[in-house]
Amino acid sequence: MEVPPEHCPGVESADAGKADACAGCPNRGICSSGDLQTGPDPKVAEIAAKLMNVKHIVLVMSGKGGVGKSTVSSLLARYLATDKTVNVGLLDVDICGPSIPKTMGVEGEEVHQSMSGWSPIYVSDNLSVMSCGFLLSSADDAVIWRGPKKNTIIKQFLADVDWDRLDYLVVDTPPGTSDEHLSLVSYLKQCSNLRGVIIVTTPQEIALMDVRKQIDFCRRVGLNVLGVVENMTAFLCPNCHKESTIFKPSVDGMNQLLEKGIPLLGRIPLDPMIGKACDEAIDVFENNKDSKTITAFEAIGHHLVKVLNDLNHE
Amino acid sequence: MISDVKHVVLVLSGKGGVGKSTVAVQLALALTHGGNYKGKDSAVIWRGPKKNAMIRQFLTDVNWGELDYLIVDTPPGTSDEHISVVECLKEFRNPDGAVLVTTPQALSIGDVRREITFCRKGNINILGVVENMSGYVCPHCSDCTNIFSTGGGESLAKYANIKFLGRIPIDTQLGECTDDGIDFIHNFKNSETAQRFDSLAKNLFNE
Repeated sequence: MEVPPEHCPGVESADAGKADACAGCPNRGICSSGDLQTGPDPKVAEIAAKLMNVKHIVLVMSGKGGVGKSTVSSLLARYLATDKTVNVGLLDVDICGPSIPKTMGVEGEEVHQSMSGWSPIYVSDNLSVMSCGFLLSSADDAVIWRGPKKNTIIKQFLADVDWDRLDYLVVDTPPGTSDEHLSLVSYLKQCSNLRGVIIVTTPQEIALMDVRKQIDFCRRVGLNVLGVVENMTAFLCPNCHKESTIFKPSVDGMNQLLEKGIPLLGRIPLDPMIGKACDEAIDVFENNKDSKTITAFEAIGHHLVKVLNDLNHE
Repeated sequence: MISDVKHVVLVLSGKGGVGKSTVAVQLALALTHGGNYKGKDSAVIWRGPKKNAMIRQFLTDVNWGELDYLIVDTPPGTSDEHISVVECLKEFRNPDGAVLVTTPQALSIGDVRREITFCRKGNINILGVVENMSGYVCPHCSDCTNIFSTGGGESLAKYANIKFLGRIPIDTQLGECTDDGIDFIHNFKNSETAQRFDSLAKNLFNE
């Protein structure tokens, strides 16, 4: 049984694996090996070299779960891919709850290995996807893994997927600020094409509280915050076409973010069409392009492309 | 001591934002009364082992006094926190079981199916599944829209052969109470939503 010591110094600590409390801890070996430290891991340079052919790497994060990270990641990837002259990759590092195979309509696909690495799954000619979901044998399979094992698979996803040339690599993450996020940051740290993070939130205070934590995390690990997308903003009744607010917006909370200089990239209304599109893997830019919701998202995507290109020229 | 608690119930879900904390809090309120919610702006950046140590401390060192029910709220997923809670609890007592929370969407059902596998592998009894965010009644025209689809929780219960505990609608008042730390069940006890939580709590321990 894996029982961590009461006074575990934490794996990033210089004392990891070496403190008195570590004696007898099952993780002592891996902690003291330095594998979990941000120290020189040859893989970091290997990952930077592998992803050199990607123009922009963008991470999608949120402190709170269920606010629409995977929805925003999928919509963004699909939006970017509407430009047939660019190539878009979508990487799902939510190891325990991979949603991307479903939202992109590629559930049950299997990943093939070639000489140059794992081949991603192609949704269309210029849009490819990689997810832990492709490694599971059935929809009931659970990934019951502790941190170190999740880190190993993330490292593999970054180093071994054969994306070829990409204009954009969108990375969907699980909620929170823990193993997966720390691993991403440390493995991508030599990637000069890592442009930053999009933070997804819903309007209410309980979600914004987590956004502030996420921004604090980004600041502490040196990640650029590209901006915030507010999802599920207001509900438009399909019957009477009047708006109502389901998640009471925290005006103070949003103002606090703006005061900190965090740009609001845009707001996405709470529209049953979006949930349905995710459940049924519908390409909304193809099928629902006249909807107000999609227009709102296109504005976000357009804005983001501009921000990314400006960063590229800096 | 945790071994003296009459009932220990875990609240689990594979997916985030489906209402685990809301259900955990309202369940606790429906069973007794009390509950508080606090938070700060600084991020807790811990890797697994440190979180596991914290969980162990919560389970062994908190002096609960005499308890009839201990409701354990968990983060989304099937990783460090979940393995630790289950392993640590089992040293003292087996939990009565787990309440699974889902929204009706296929996206959420997929994650909860994985959570069911987690429970079965860890020999955790599944007390039942709650379908949260099930339908929203427009305040202008009273028309009900199933924003996140409908019926997913019930069909999951049938598919996995577990008890369906009930449906909780999207209720603006419940969300606001959760934001402000207000006791919803007490303050809105006549509302449809509060009554659903009440029957959910009753369903939980009735065969």
